[in-house]
Amino acid sequence: MYHLRATTATAGRILQQLSHDKRTIALMFLAPTVLMSLLAWVFSNNDRMFNAIAPALLGVFQFVIMFLITSITTLRERTGGTLERLMTMRISKADIIIGYALAFGVFGIIQSVITSSVAIYWLGMDVAGPQWFVIMVAIADTLLGVALGLLASAFARTEFQAVQFMPAFIFPQLIVCGLFVPLSQLPDALNTAAYWLPLTYAVDALNGVVTNADITGDMWRDIWVVVCFILASLAFASLTLRRRS
Amino acid sequence: MNAITAQKLIVQKGKTEILHGLDMAIQTGTITGLIGPSGSGKTTLMRTIVGVQRHQGNLSVLDQPAGKASLRPRIGYVTQSPAVYNDLTVRQNIHYFARVAGVSVREADEVILKVHLDGKQNQLVQSLSGGQRARVSLAVALLGNPDVLILDEPTVGLDPILRNELWAQFGELAAQGKTLLVSSHVMDEAERCDEIVLIREGKILWNDSRQMLLEKTKATTVGDAFVAMIGGAA
Repeated sequence: MYHLRATTATAGRILQQLSHDKRTIALMFLAPTVLMSLLAWVFSNNDRMFNAIAPALLGVFQFVIMFLITSITTLRERTGGTLERLMTMRISKADIIIGYALAFGVFGIIQSVITSSVAIYWLGMDVAGPQWFVIMVAIADTLLGVALGLLASAFARTEFQAVQFMPAFIFPQLIVCGLFVPLSQLPDALNTAAYWLPLTYAVDALNGVVTNADITGDMWRDIWVVVCFILASLAFASLTLRRRS
Repeated sequence: MNAITAQKLIVQKGKTEILHGLDMAIQTGTITGLIGPSGSGKTTLMRTIVGVQRHQGNLSVLDQPAGKASLRPRIGYVTQSPAVYNDLTVRQNIHYFARVAGVSVREADEVILKVHLDGKQNQLVQSLSGGQRARVSLAVALLGNPDVLILDEPTVGLDPILRNELWAQFGELAAQGKTLLVSSHVMDEAERCDEIVLIREGKILWNDSRQMLLEKTKATTVGDAFVAMIGGAA
């Protein structure tokens, strides 16, 4: 099966590339942890507040970092000529995208486990629901960042543009996702819009685990919606690769 | 027998027409020099042959329409700027592309020897010189022993000794029955080719043997012949 071979080879190659770039790895693994620690410090006199917002922010930090790293790395492949070379070889567009998703997925999962563990066991982030659910949603959020990053890279010509996608596409989601104002208190139009954006569900799931001792149907729905967004973004990203120009 | 045949080949990029209805035939087992000034459409023609550029008209490679999936393993392509991963070592690059191409590790290591990069295997590509980087890119194109090699300015920036070595290798490949199309904007490169395609402003001025070109234009070098042909065409 050449598809399997090409996909795993691509994932392995991306991991090799990252392994030569120690600084990026350090940033990827440490940045969300440092941010969570800073958050805990800011709220050191208000545990209740920290517990209320920390889970949602944990998901958001992971999401944003993976979005950036993935979109820029993928763009490098598109502009560096190697993508065109691959397109002249026996590898499908989906092989390349899935290879990327696997490689960054591995990093994302490690990142999620590190950040969640530090938040729960060291910073004392306390939630009503099960802690494994926090880790699971954190992983889903990271993969969402990877998938959207892969997609975003298709619409950027330069690395400079790719970075601009953060304020253009990610920040609006941050504002309406229920992080600052509960969805029910948003104006109607924004409330409707929020339900079309993936980050809303990611944050909703993490907010759910803060207050609910058991995992509710809504929380499972949130996870499924995020998974659907991940799959749809990956499918769409592989369609944006052009074998012929 | 022809390895590559074009009939009324037209390529448009946006609203600009780059290639204006080319007719061309490249014989199997020859080294053909695709010679023309920069901006003449050499790279576009090569990208069309390897199947990454949309076109109108007929273009067949090894008796199949250009761009067909089954052609991909049979064509090796070297782009003008080396399309390899700078943040991987030489061996990691070759091994990755080898796995994609379905080529064994042993064969991949042999290719590294072929382009004289042994001893550099564990160096990151970004630490190599321009010429060495170009050879990594060439090595990738040689993986899987393709029947047709499309080489876009493969010898730019190489020292004369290495350039001789590479041309000797091209000669060996042609002797094995491989078809090579080598582009260059440097006219003296053309002296090493059996066949010449002269291209200018998206039109072909000459597509026959070098010997015939020199006889017809009564020139001693391809460069002079090119000038004579432009004079004749104008």
